[in-house]
Amino acid sequence: MIAEFGLVALWLAAALAGLQLFAGFMGLREGGEGIAVLARPAALVQALLCGVSFFTLLWLFARTDLSVALVASNSHSAKPLIFKLSGAWGNHEGSMLLWVTVMALAGGLIAFIERRLPEKTMLATLGAQAFVALGFYAFLLFSSNPFERLAVAPVEGNGLNPLLQDIGLAFHPPTLYFGYVGLSVAFSFVVGALLTRQVTPDFARVMRPWVLGAWCLLTIGITAGSYWAYYELGWGGWWFWDPVENASLMPWLAATALLHSVSVLAARDALRAWTVMLGVVAFSMSMVGTFLVRSGILTSVHAFAVDPERGSFILALLALNIGGALAIFATRAGTVAEGERFSVFSREGALVINNVALSAILGIVLLGTLYPLLTEAFDVRVSVGPPYFNPVGAIFLFPMLIVLAIGPILRWRGDSFARIRMPVLVLGGLLLVAMVALWAITGIGILPLLGLALALVVAVGSILPLRGRSVRRLPVAVWGMVIAHFGVAVTLFGMASDTAFQQERLVAANIGDVVEVGPWTAQLEAVSPVAGPNWTAIEARLSLRYEGQEVAEANPQARSFWSPPTETSEVALTTRWNGQLYTALGNQAEDGRWQLRLWWKPFVTWIWYGGLLIALGGALALVGRVVGDIRRRVAGRKIVDRKADEAAIAAGSGS
Amino acid sequence: MKHLIALLALALSTPLAAQDSLPPAPYAYNQLEDPALEEQARELMLTLRCLKCQSQSIADSDAPMAGDMRHQVRTRLAAGETPDQIRLWLIERYGDYVSYEPRVTASTWPLFVIPFVLLLIAGLIIRGRLVARGKPEGGAAG
Repeated sequence: MIAEFGLVALWLAAALAGLQLFAGFMGLREGGEGIAVLARPAALVQALLCGVSFFTLLWLFARTDLSVALVASNSHSAKPLIFKLSGAWGNHEGSMLLWVTVMALAGGLIAFIERRLPEKTMLATLGAQAFVALGFYAFLLFSSNPFERLAVAPVEGNGLNPLLQDIGLAFHPPTLYFGYVGLSVAFSFVVGALLTRQVTPDFARVMRPWVLGAWCLLTIGITAGSYWAYYELGWGGWWFWDPVENASLMPWLAATALLHSVSVLAARDALRAWTVMLGVVAFSMSMVGTFLVRSGILTSVHAFAVDPERGSFILALLALNIGGALAIFATRAGTVAEGERFSVFSREGALVINNVALSAILGIVLLGTLYPLLTEAFDVRVSVGPPYFNPVGAIFLFPMLIVLAIGPILRWRGDSFARIRMPVLVLGGLLLVAMVALWAITGIGILPLLGLALALVVAVGSILPLRGRSVRRLPVAVWGMVIAHFGVAVTLFGMASDTAFQQERLVAANIGDVVEVGPWTAQLEAVSPVAGPNWTAIEARLSLRYEGQEVAEANPQARSFWSPPTETSEVALTTRWNGQLYTALGNQAEDGRWQLRLWWKPFVTWIWYGGLLIALGGALALVGRVVGDIRRRVAGRKIVDRKADEAAIAAGSGS
Repeated sequence: MKHLIALLALALSTPLAAQDSLPPAPYAYNQLEDPALEEQARELMLTLRCLKCQSQSIADSDAPMAGDMRHQVRTRLAAGETPDQIRLWLIERYGDYVSYEPRVTASTWPLFVIPFVLLLIAGLIIRGRLVARGKPEGGAAG
């Protein structure tokens, strides 16, 4: 009964989305006000029903109700509760239900609190949101029903891939999904503003928190995904330019560009059409990402062609949403003018360069990701990997980083070079000195060399906006920007130094052997079997010395899960402030020696520290903006009250 | 996700089990003595695709085939071949798919032309947005 209850709640939620769409549409017409007032309540109740439906699925997984097909194929009664629950969204159907639920909750939230825009724009926005949501409801109900029953319940579930039984991974996909949904809200606002011709700074201010929030979550999601791949795969890589990674990177790139252009629109009423375009692109990238991951096209284009139901559905939704938005945009292009003008040498100018560079990088990642799929359809198989993405992306990334270092100290509208000559000269000198010094001392490759030098320049440039300003009176949002930009420098430094300076040792070792790698020596003390709740493992004990001093013990494992039978490598990470020692245990050779893999990875952790700083910066900016909005709202209310009081007094004294 | 699929595929490929039980080739999990050669080998292996996995280089994979390919790369380098020769030999054997470094061919030229087109478009956008406008003193509206 419980599964059917969840399904009914989902159907009702879909029906309410239909009502919300209709009400939003009627709101745009004369005389439709009677029905239009239903849009906000419909959004609220829909959020509630979706929440109930998702909670039902969680309940089914918690109880391991094996009569439900999804539970039977993805869960196992012996699994720890937390992984039973995360199993609810660790599969296609459940993750789509999570997506729809978060979308409904976001819709409910804007319906409940957002009153700053003209009511017509809000109704159009809610209508657009309902339209997008209806597509996903149809997808769930017609082709991915998470509540489907089995005729005969199996005795035991199929389990869950042990790689998924990881606390980081349990929360990684939802983080990305929340980010995608944030971009869908931004998309709805864009459509609403276009339909009612209200692409204004107010619209930008209302949309900005959603873009910021989505962007923060995507940043965290990508950072976590990179770290997960790093420690779970057992070979020390942290970015593979793999289509699944690119699928999460592309919305982030678009959201980063959107975030900056929406700020220009909010502050200066410029870049209107550009912001609208980016809003559409950002959401389409989320959908492209979902398509790539969910359609199975990555496993094989031909497998996808044989069973194209899901992929086609997502592609159809993509075409419908994006095509629709672009069509509306085309009919409104005349009324959405470019907005205020500005000079080359201004904050807006720097942000335009940022936007164009990010869009170009997005184009390259999209091209490199889709091109092999395209040629595969014609039976030509090519691979596009790091040797393509790194240099080609760098063509756009490196100039953008130079602009990043200078842009924040430029003034809006127009600035003079004389005013910022000193900082520019200092940064230029720094770049030159760093490059020459690195080249002379280390002789590393050109990309890591530029990366290290630019990391220094961006780090110094990112704190320049603090110069000559009272630290205590600086707005929170400016702090957010400074911290996020500094995080970019930290991440870049980590990437470049790991690429340039990492050291690798692969050996076959007997018990008692000593392995040297970089400043570390590791002695293999013992190899012994251990057991966990649903796995057994061989564990090595290594005693580690850093520059001759005994510091730690490392215990890498080779783990075997039995349901389903899978081998994983559980690496041991020994972290210092200046990097990580990465140790993995391989198989035993015939002569009894053990394969050991050790990497000394200088400053590799800075990649993820930087990612977290970027997300923290975004979160601070979000808090700063929202607090500012609330203050303005309170102040506005006070002014209205005072005027009413004054009017009342005047009326009283006049009588 | 890809890794899951890859591992799942590995777990399911029981016919390979016979192959798996063979001991790995000597240079699959061992480095070359010469650090300069090993560095070359590493750089090359990072740009070669493991054909049995999904989206992993042979430098990042536990698959037996990746181990064999690592062995090939290292022994050939040690025998005096250059990384480019080894890459070409592998491409001849397995097709373009094995190399993550796409070559300019009749079917891949757009990969190399489109970035330049993007560069051109980017330049034009920036020029159009910035240069033509001139100084906006006096608060022009748009």
